[in-house]
Amino acid sequence: MPEAVHHHHPALAHHFDDLEQQKEAATLGMWVFLVTEVLFFGGLFLVYTVYRAWYSEAFAVASHELDVTLGTINTAVLITSSLTMALAVHAAQLGQRRLVIIFLVATMALGAAFLGIKSIEYYHKFTEHHVPGPSFAFEPHEYARHAQIFFSLYFIMTGLHALHMVIGLGIMTWMLWWAWRGTITAEYYSPIEVSGLYWHFVDIVWIFLFPLLYLIGRHVH
Amino acid sequence: METMVVEKPVTYINHAHTVSSWQLTKDHKRIGILYLIVVSTAFALGGIFATLIRMELTTPAGDLLSADVYNRMFTMHGVTMVFFVLVPAVPAVLGNFVMPLMIGARDVAFPRLNLLSWYVFTVGFLFTIASMVLGGVDTGWTFYTPYSSQGSESNVLITGIGVFITGFSSILTGLNFMVTIHRMRAPGMTWFRLPLFIWALYSTSLVMVLGTPVIAITLLMLVLERGLHLGIFDPRLGGDPVLFQHLFWFYSHPAVYIMILPPMGVISEVIACFSRKNVFGYSFVAFSSLAIAVFGFLVWAHHLFVAGISPYSALIFSFLSFAVAIPSAVKTFNWTATLYKGAIWWKTPMMFVFGFLGLFLVGGLTGVFLASLGLDIHLTDTYFVVAHFHYIMVGGAIMGYFAGLHYWWPKMTGRMYNDTLGKLAALLIFVGFNLTFGPQFILGYLGMPRRYHVYPPEFQVLNVLSSAGASILGVGYLIPMVYLMWSLRYGRIAGSNPWGAVGLEWTTSSPPPTENFAETPIVTWDPYEYPAADVEGHVA
Repeated sequence: MPEAVHHHHPALAHHFDDLEQQKEAATLGMWVFLVTEVLFFGGLFLVYTVYRAWYSEAFAVASHELDVTLGTINTAVLITSSLTMALAVHAAQLGQRRLVIIFLVATMALGAAFLGIKSIEYYHKFTEHHVPGPSFAFEPHEYARHAQIFFSLYFIMTGLHALHMVIGLGIMTWMLWWAWRGTITAEYYSPIEVSGLYWHFVDIVWIFLFPLLYLIGRHVH
Repeated sequence: METMVVEKPVTYINHAHTVSSWQLTKDHKRIGILYLIVVSTAFALGGIFATLIRMELTTPAGDLLSADVYNRMFTMHGVTMVFFVLVPAVPAVLGNFVMPLMIGARDVAFPRLNLLSWYVFTVGFLFTIASMVLGGVDTGWTFYTPYSSQGSESNVLITGIGVFITGFSSILTGLNFMVTIHRMRAPGMTWFRLPLFIWALYSTSLVMVLGTPVIAITLLMLVLERGLHLGIFDPRLGGDPVLFQHLFWFYSHPAVYIMILPPMGVISEVIACFSRKNVFGYSFVAFSSLAIAVFGFLVWAHHLFVAGISPYSALIFSFLSFAVAIPSAVKTFNWTATLYKGAIWWKTPMMFVFGFLGLFLVGGLTGVFLASLGLDIHLTDTYFVVAHFHYIMVGGAIMGYFAGLHYWWPKMTGRMYNDTLGKLAALLIFVGFNLTFGPQFILGYLGMPRRYHVYPPEFQVLNVLSSAGASILGVGYLIPMVYLMWSLRYGRIAGSNPWGAVGLEWTTSSPPPTENFAETPIVTWDPYEYPAADVEGHVA
């Protein structure tokens, strides 16, 4: 392949033979990273499972205190952001720079909306004294101790999820800049694709969190 | 560099000299050296804590350290040695340096991420140092709740954050290595032509990638519970401290295999080279690494036999713990069979290998004692356990690390060290180690509990023996520091392949050039094709 020697894509790092190898490495790297994320969140899901099995009644009662309407809206917002993300990846594969930019901006706007709604919820929990710690208060009183475990898990799980969203927004800003300056082409789109994998993963975590945290008490009452 | 050299080849060391060329390097070889510096510092620091522990224990009374200070000493010894020496030593120092060379790659898959891993590691280490400067931490390296979340008045938060941060270095290194081994192998370097060190690193990376995130989230929960009063393991709220132990050991037992698998890989390389033979049962040794990595995830609760777990789960965990002995024994038997009728060349790396074989054997067999439910209840939290895991983690892992460091030192630096002093160091370490930890098996069997700064007077003789052994061990560890540093300037020029070893890393110059190979090698041979006849020829 004599042309292959002369053809040197500007995005090709020196230690790779070709863009194909570079793309495969990046994709595998992101999948392995997502496996580590599954185990990272997995520790929390395990703790949640143990305590929910032990204190199912208290968890159901505490779950009732969460705002299902806002949670549902947020779920819809996030799923829509996954759609726009998938469309951004598709546009990148076709080299449609303008569409990539539009869909990335839409994804970021939806992600920011999610975080905005989430912070309203946090604010409500704060005013209702449902933040664990010395000022925690919960009625009925007999569930207060176990409800504090529920809210501890609620804040850690949704908080870590939100942190992942913030990091996702950072990555999207970076991708937006790359798309803007024309680095992303039909030949070299793996950064968008790999960022998309991350974004979808963060969405999937929420798909588990929403029923486990918001909906467990619904059938009881 | 005043030494006159006529024409100097461009190497990864001399192609740039500025400090920033090291701070911003993306070269896996330089990053390996950066790890070597931090890991060696941590090793010296952990050694100082160990020295103070052994000094205190020469007399039955608490005359050197108070109980509180003693608690901090053994905790900081454990934290430093486990997270900043044993886990990174072989993979991050040696693995980083030689792995891409061994598979014929120009670098790891993600060089920038590799540098980030080092910075993350170093920042985690600085946090841990900061906690020590502020007075240390006293929970034991296991950070058991509720003492760590409520009782302790030491710097649990800063240490916990430090270890949490360092975990990400491990995760990213494991990820980088896995992708590199999958995607960056030279043409012809098939999976079954990979050196066994690469198989060991791959298995280790699996454990790093699957285990470390769990300790990260566990420590995060601990830090949030202690710092922000969230309630996860708090018994007052109905939380379960034993759940913390389960999560902790879900990582920390497999972490033992992070520490021992890479040195096992080193042993396979060195034993083949210095016996001038193919490793006996290559595929068994390769798959036993994977088997250890997988079984390693299924045995964690053997640390909880006395923590009130159900007898049925204890039974299963006991059985699975016995089962781990099988792949470990496969390796040991295969190494022995490799030696059989080999042309054994008595050089320093091989001396460390013999040390490893002896010490790992004792460590492994006493592990079988501890896997037995009845005996474990007698031995839990005694010096028997201390002796057992030091035989594995110091006798095994550090011996293997030293074997690898001495084997690849000529490649890393281009210089030879003094072989006589090397053999002396290996001998002193072996003798000193056995004298230090051998008596501790007896002490533990007689019932001396670990983690106390005082003990009944009848235990003094064995404790004095142990402390005496520790001073020999200390000298054994100091000698290599001297002759290895000395070799950097005055050592004989090594040449590209001083051991007559096969393996791609020996086909390029020493020290290697930044791009590793002038031309990407094409592999058409098996990993250990040693021509048995020309042994004498290499002993020049």
